[in-house]
Amino acid sequence: MTTGETHRAGSTGGADVPGPLHGGPDDDYTPEQLAAMPREELDRLGARYDSVQILHVDPGPEPGSPVERRAVRQVALAFGIAGLAAFAALVVYVGSGWFLPDWHWTISEGGWSALFTPLVGALGGLSLILVGVGLVLYTKKLLPHETAVQDKHDGSHFDRVTTAATLVGGLHNSGLARRKLLTRSLVFMGGGVGLMLLMPLGGLIKNPNKGNPLGTTSWARGVRLVRDDGSPIRPGDQLPGSLETVFPAVPGGNREADAATMLIRLRPEQVAVDRPREGQADFGYGDYVAYSKICTHAGCPVSLYEQETSRILCPCHQSQFDVTQGAKPVFGPATRPLPQLPITVDDQGYFVARSDYIEAVGPTYWNRERI
Amino acid sequence: MARTATAPGVPTTPLGKAALEIDDRLIVAGPLRRTLNKVFPDHWSFLLGEIALYSFVILLLSGTYLTFFFDASMREVVYEGSYAPLRGVEMSAAYESTLGLSFDVRGGLFVRQLHHWAALLFVASIVVHLLRIFFTGAFRRPRETNWLIGVALLVLAILEGFAGYSMPDDLLSGTGLRIASAIMLSIPVVGTWVHWAVFNGDYVGEYIVGRLYIAHVLLVPAIMLGLIAVHLLVLVKQKHTQFPGPGRTEHNVVGNRLFPTFAGKATGLFFIVFGVCAALGGLVQINPVWLWGPYNPAQVSSASQPDWYVMFLDGSTRLFPAWDINLPGNYTIPALFWPTVVIAGIIFTVLALYPIIERKLTRDTASHHLLQRPRDVPVRTSLGVMAITFYVVLLLSGGNDVIADKFDISLNAMTWIGRIGVVILPPIAYVLTYRICLGLEKHDREVLEHGIETGVIRRLPHGEFIEVHQPLGPVDEHGHGELAYGGAPVPKKMNQVGGARRAIRGFFRPIEEPAQVEIEQRREAHGLAAAEGDRELTTSGRPSDGGRPQEPRD
Repeated sequence: MTTGETHRAGSTGGADVPGPLHGGPDDDYTPEQLAAMPREELDRLGARYDSVQILHVDPGPEPGSPVERRAVRQVALAFGIAGLAAFAALVVYVGSGWFLPDWHWTISEGGWSALFTPLVGALGGLSLILVGVGLVLYTKKLLPHETAVQDKHDGSHFDRVTTAATLVGGLHNSGLARRKLLTRSLVFMGGGVGLMLLMPLGGLIKNPNKGNPLGTTSWARGVRLVRDDGSPIRPGDQLPGSLETVFPAVPGGNREADAATMLIRLRPEQVAVDRPREGQADFGYGDYVAYSKICTHAGCPVSLYEQETSRILCPCHQSQFDVTQGAKPVFGPATRPLPQLPITVDDQGYFVARSDYIEAVGPTYWNRERI
Repeated sequence: MARTATAPGVPTTPLGKAALEIDDRLIVAGPLRRTLNKVFPDHWSFLLGEIALYSFVILLLSGTYLTFFFDASMREVVYEGSYAPLRGVEMSAAYESTLGLSFDVRGGLFVRQLHHWAALLFVASIVVHLLRIFFTGAFRRPRETNWLIGVALLVLAILEGFAGYSMPDDLLSGTGLRIASAIMLSIPVVGTWVHWAVFNGDYVGEYIVGRLYIAHVLLVPAIMLGLIAVHLLVLVKQKHTQFPGPGRTEHNVVGNRLFPTFAGKATGLFFIVFGVCAALGGLVQINPVWLWGPYNPAQVSSASQPDWYVMFLDGSTRLFPAWDINLPGNYTIPALFWPTVVIAGIIFTVLALYPIIERKLTRDTASHHLLQRPRDVPVRTSLGVMAITFYVVLLLSGGNDVIADKFDISLNAMTWIGRIGVVILPPIAYVLTYRICLGLEKHDREVLEHGIETGVIRRLPHGEFIEVHQPLGPVDEHGHGELAYGGAPVPKKMNQVGGARRAIRGFFRPIEEPAQVEIEQRREAHGLAAAEGDRELTTSGRPSDGGRPQEPRD
């Protein structure tokens, strides 16, 4: 497309000169004028083009004055010590295990290896802080302090109208408002492609209700109660008033998230006041009872047993359960008792479970009561 | 003349020539000048957001270093590293590699601790920055968008922090993860589905550390980086707010240009933030995972507290009563749902919507670039203090077991103190703050009307004693100041209006001549020296003095 006289540079030929829209400050100030201006004036001229006015300049300290000399000394001191500390940190880092003692920290050892990390941190930190302090001192004490004002511009009506014209013009030319079939196919396509791109996320979704994983554990009829090291337990192994964490005697039972169980031997006074939950009177064995260790509130292992008060405390949110009342919650945010594991003794005299827990262990969830 | 040998304005120095070469190709001189000339207002509270930005940079640097050594895998291994007490113990590869980078990587422990400290500082500086924005009204139109982005960044920072400290798979972080799992399960209807999607099955599974890892090092930081970029672009576009003061209007920004003053100070601040994190990382132990041991679902330590920014949720969970809601059909909404999902949801929703709420209530839809002093907006300030009180009660309750232990208070009493406190303390804080705001406002007006108390007592000829007041500006015939309150601090002490000479500089000995300072002050009309000639400290400024003929000068 040619535009009459004004040829632009390009394959069509023509004069290689700036177009008619070229201009701005370069037209107002010739290179000669700019070359004649001192640097300070140029600075202010540029600032004015950026709507910045320098109101007031408080020049820095007079060259050679005691104030300046002192400020320079302070800044140089900060940078100097920063450099020293940095090199010292380098020496500690590189030299440990070479010409300095080894840096490897062991629990029994004091001395250099216990100092390595603190030294690296202290020297490195000191160095970086002093770099910052030096810079701030430099800015505050040696640079001129100027007060500048910059104008804020509100939105320009001209810009709004012209931009709107371009946008609306483009939209109008596309004819989308008229071409209904096109709009509808676009919406349909957009929805389809969008869903298709999200589709792989479906791989994350799994059915939590398949096989009741939340409601079952590895405990089952005849599974022995074993300690963390796998040793089985007989009645009489513990003193009255004791608590031991036991696991199902299955491979990996001691690492399972929901199987940990507390085997508690009640004291005679506790046995006297023991009121098990309804229908669970025979879940214990003699003066032994076994409760799930997983808190019914948020799933932490309830661990702190105060045998004088018969209370078990969860250290996460301080729910308290009374072992003589079927581990019912007596304080704190937990709402349900700890499930009780029915136990007995096998023919070799070791504790075994009589079945899995009869309810889901651990935190409450939406459909817990339905499974 | 040598200079006229070339065309005018053509650079002659090598640096100038290089600059010309660059500008010929990129045409950056204009935008660069505009950037260098950008004016930044000068106030310490504007540095809070910068601290957050710099901590983020430090987190990116130190975090990248840590990925060189961390193995985000839940594969069971037996530890054989150099930390003797755990040798032969079964643990996940994630925990083993955390021990490895702490004990067997030169300086690894230092960087790990630096990263953790910087993370705490990051969230803390975001929160303090947010409070500054809130109490000064900087979120008002046109800055609502940036407020929203800021709130999103705060939420992401908390999630990012949680993901980060959950990855080492130690006993403390595993306990936190177990609670997070219980929180997911507590969501009505979809809870178990959400849990199965996040953990790829029942708790704990073998996926979660790997998923936390990719979220922590890629997904969340990438989103945050994008949001921070938009946050800063909007800030540059809208320009800074400023406190009211001489020459400051809604249509300008008064301060320093970016180059060199602001750039110098900002770079200095970056190094100071970096240095503080480095010093903390080396000197102050944080999260010694080797003491906690590997995660085991059957074990927990007492005083298991999360990092500070999650503690308010731990606190709300401890305080909330045991209220399961049983619905017909044997469905349950667990008590855990309310203090975690619902409370956090409400807190962050209200926070995000606050600019809109305030706009609706005050019907103030104008653009504002001048900040407000908190006392001048008593309702907002009191609401803010009320919210802080609520938050602090929750935060302290997150550590109520430690408080109970250290101060020998019953743990159950601490829970009840928190339960009652979280209900009654916020309204009390509201009322108190409201009264304090009004009192401060009144005092400002009083000084404007009656002048500054000079502490000079005079005896009038008829025997009455008055305290001389220094008016801040012209007075009317009753001796009352005519200055209106301009939203800026009102001087309350004589020194603030140049009542005293400034101190002579020098530490061990003066480095300037006292006489020189005297002359300088006289020139700038400051201080006693300047005021001696035209002093008019004659009336008390009290209304009773109105119209009284002035005391004859002696």
